[in-house]
Amino acid sequence: MPYLIVLVVLATAVYVISAPLRSASREREPDRGANEVAELEAARDAKYREIRDAELDVRTGKLSDDDYHAIDRTLRSEAVDILHRLDEVREG
Amino acid sequence: MAAVGRVLLILISMSAIYGLGASLYGARRGRPEWVDSARRAMYALAGMTLISFVILDVAFISSDFSYNIVAGGSSTTTPFFYRAAAIWSTQQGSLLLWVMLLSCWSSLALFLTRRRVREIVPYAQAVLFGLCIFFSGLTVLFANPFSTSSTPPTEGAGLDPLLRHTTMMIHPPMLYSGYTLLLVPFAFAVGALVSGRVGAEWIHVTRRFALAAWLCLGIGILLGARWSYTELGWGGYWAWDPVENAALMPWLCATAFIHSIMIQEKRGMLKVWNASLILATGCLAIIGTFLVRSGILSSIHAFVSDPTLNISFVALIMVMVIGSIALVVWRRDGLTSDAQLDSLFSREAVFLFQNLILVTLTAVIFWVTFFPLISEAITGTQVSVGPPAFRPFVVPLALIVVLLSGVGPIISWRRVTAAKLRRSFAFPVAVGLGTLAALALVSGVTRHLFAYLMFGFGAFVVASVAQEFFRGARARRAMTAEQLPVALVGLVRRNRRRYGGYLVHLGVAVALVGVAASTSFQHSRTATLRPGQSVREDGYTFTYVRATAAATAQKISLGAVLSVSKGGHHVTTVQTSYGLYPSQDQTHQIGRFFNGSNESRVGLDAGLTRDIWTVINPNVTPLQSLISRGDVLVARALRQDQRLPAAQRSKQVDVIFQLRDLLIQELTQRFVSHPWPAQFLLIVSPLVTWLWIGAIIAALGGLIALWPLPPPRRRTRRMGGPPPFSAAPSVPPIDSPQPLREPELV
Repeated sequence: MPYLIVLVVLATAVYVISAPLRSASREREPDRGANEVAELEAARDAKYREIRDAELDVRTGKLSDDDYHAIDRTLRSEAVDILHRLDEVREG
Repeated sequence: MAAVGRVLLILISMSAIYGLGASLYGARRGRPEWVDSARRAMYALAGMTLISFVILDVAFISSDFSYNIVAGGSSTTTPFFYRAAAIWSTQQGSLLLWVMLLSCWSSLALFLTRRRVREIVPYAQAVLFGLCIFFSGLTVLFANPFSTSSTPPTEGAGLDPLLRHTTMMIHPPMLYSGYTLLLVPFAFAVGALVSGRVGAEWIHVTRRFALAAWLCLGIGILLGARWSYTELGWGGYWAWDPVENAALMPWLCATAFIHSIMIQEKRGMLKVWNASLILATGCLAIIGTFLVRSGILSSIHAFVSDPTLNISFVALIMVMVIGSIALVVWRRDGLTSDAQLDSLFSREAVFLFQNLILVTLTAVIFWVTFFPLISEAITGTQVSVGPPAFRPFVVPLALIVVLLSGVGPIISWRRVTAAKLRRSFAFPVAVGLGTLAALALVSGVTRHLFAYLMFGFGAFVVASVAQEFFRGARARRAMTAEQLPVALVGLVRRNRRRYGGYLVHLGVAVALVGVAASTSFQHSRTATLRPGQSVREDGYTFTYVRATAAATAQKISLGAVLSVSKGGHHVTTVQTSYGLYPSQDQTHQIGRFFNGSNESRVGLDAGLTRDIWTVINPNVTPLQSLISRGDVLVARALRQDQRLPAAQRSKQVDVIFQLRDLLIQELTQRFVSHPWPAQFLLIVSPLVTWLWIGAIIAALGGLIALWPLPPPRRRTRRMGGPPPFSAAPSVPPIDSPQPLREPELV
């Protein structure tokens, strides 16, 4: 019985681990574009969070209107840059 | 099944070795299928460690004493839940738990990143596999949990009485979860440095793991403190013990890391700092494990020690420390900041200052903790250090940390004007100063200055957090016309990271106020009392009402009922006891019930303003002559029994042991019928409960911050051309997952 359990576990492990190697021929090339898209999307989301944080700060009275507008403008411009880069990567 | 376990341990190590090799081969040769295969090896590894762990735990639950560690760490008289948890009271079992938790968290991290940060993942995988090789190697070579005996004993030694405490069933897995979760961001930081992808990507994918590690480690520390308070019988919850410090140091570094990564995410700053911080935290997590497992420094929390592991651990720590330094130096050019600090009056600056304080605090604790070893290396004598060695440094630094935890929430990112600064600080500063003034008026601050400052700073934090919640809810109500409580809930739901973090600040401040009050204004005394006698402490009268005693197969319990009154009014009745567990000494059949391990059950009346804490240390010396006579009688009867024919022997032995049990019952009852004076430790400690309440608030805040946001509501309409919001800030972005001007912004 113990040998059977070990054999089953071993066979399952080998099957699971070797699956990507067995289908290697069907594997696509590493998609570097997809990596960059993921990174830019993460950067975009972080920038959105920053914009929302700045807005929350002004609404809760921590930022002056002048400071908020300056910061918001900068952040949005940085967000646009990220979106442009994202579009470029996605298109080509 | 032990054979299955032994083979599985070898397979676990082989999987880890394969995973390490496949990860590096895949990364160097650009073969993603090998990296994927290695990732699956981690899943397989996690599955196999889970099976091994279950096999071992079933052996503990079923009291299978053919396993050496079951015979050494459990017994048939150990209650079920403690038998199930006894696995991590042993060296071998806890190392297996370590591998299991590491492989499970690693599997989760690798699953979540299977389509992300592809340049970083192979190296991170390799680091995680390297750690799995180390710990699974220890279980195979030095501490095999599946080693068995061909002649198993009929009864086990039992679980250490001090570990028979509810919190101990959760405390070790929480601490180990904290340590192992910290190694996920550690591994990804190494991956980022090796691959040169030192942006914020590795932080995005591991931030939740760092937060979960912080939470688990914090809960583990809290449970350990609670155990110390209610089980160890010395009246405190924190002794600056090496094992306590071993958990606190990575927790402090993780706290710094969780704050400083926000600056890198938002501003692209502090890259070298964040990388160094998480690498140091990872090393501290391993050092913490080393301190607990090796017993290199004496500790009330270390229940096993194995010097054979020392060389292996020291080698691993050296590799991690030297490798970390080398990596940071190698990638120093890529770790330059993308931006500069705009103003010293900004949240970034506060975070940076807080980071420096936390790291200084960690360095101080590290130095004092290891000072005995350093002094031994230099002078040949190991000196012992206690709380007085820590307090002069730790107390002022903790005060600054509390103050900053109130400043952080009310100051904005990037910059703030003087007018806004005044507006934000007016209420919290007024509350803090008002509290200090009120305390000075009531008690006159002549002593315990630091404690009073902690109360003032704590009030400042409570006010600043309350102000933030109120202002946020008010802003949301203005936009949504919701009722204030509904707006508050909506605000927290939409901004979990921010408001969860604020709750953590609140909890930490409340907890530290409890710590300051209970350590500075505690009243304690030891007293030797007979039943009916009383003693006064801090206005309370403690009366020893009567003695109690009970004897079971597991232990003898000698205790006392104490009545506590104040000003002639009854306050509470508490019951404390002292448990004596039998030793394995078979030559003294009665004496062994009195000379084994022992534990204290605290008589505690906890309240919001004060805790009344009592513990008894009974005097069993008057019983000693009777115990010795009983031992002689039982030994003589057993010797005579040996001369009987085999058929009668077993019946006779049963009778002898029944008589022995009656003798023990009689001896135990003598403690009640002839009560000798007993020694008591009596403590009145103010505000201790607030330590636990603060910790629960902080844990709740951590959970809120950790909880994932609901899926973003994506817009389906897509307009052509670039997003227009750069030109017109009020126009929402086109493909934002959460539109910038969405009505439910706050």
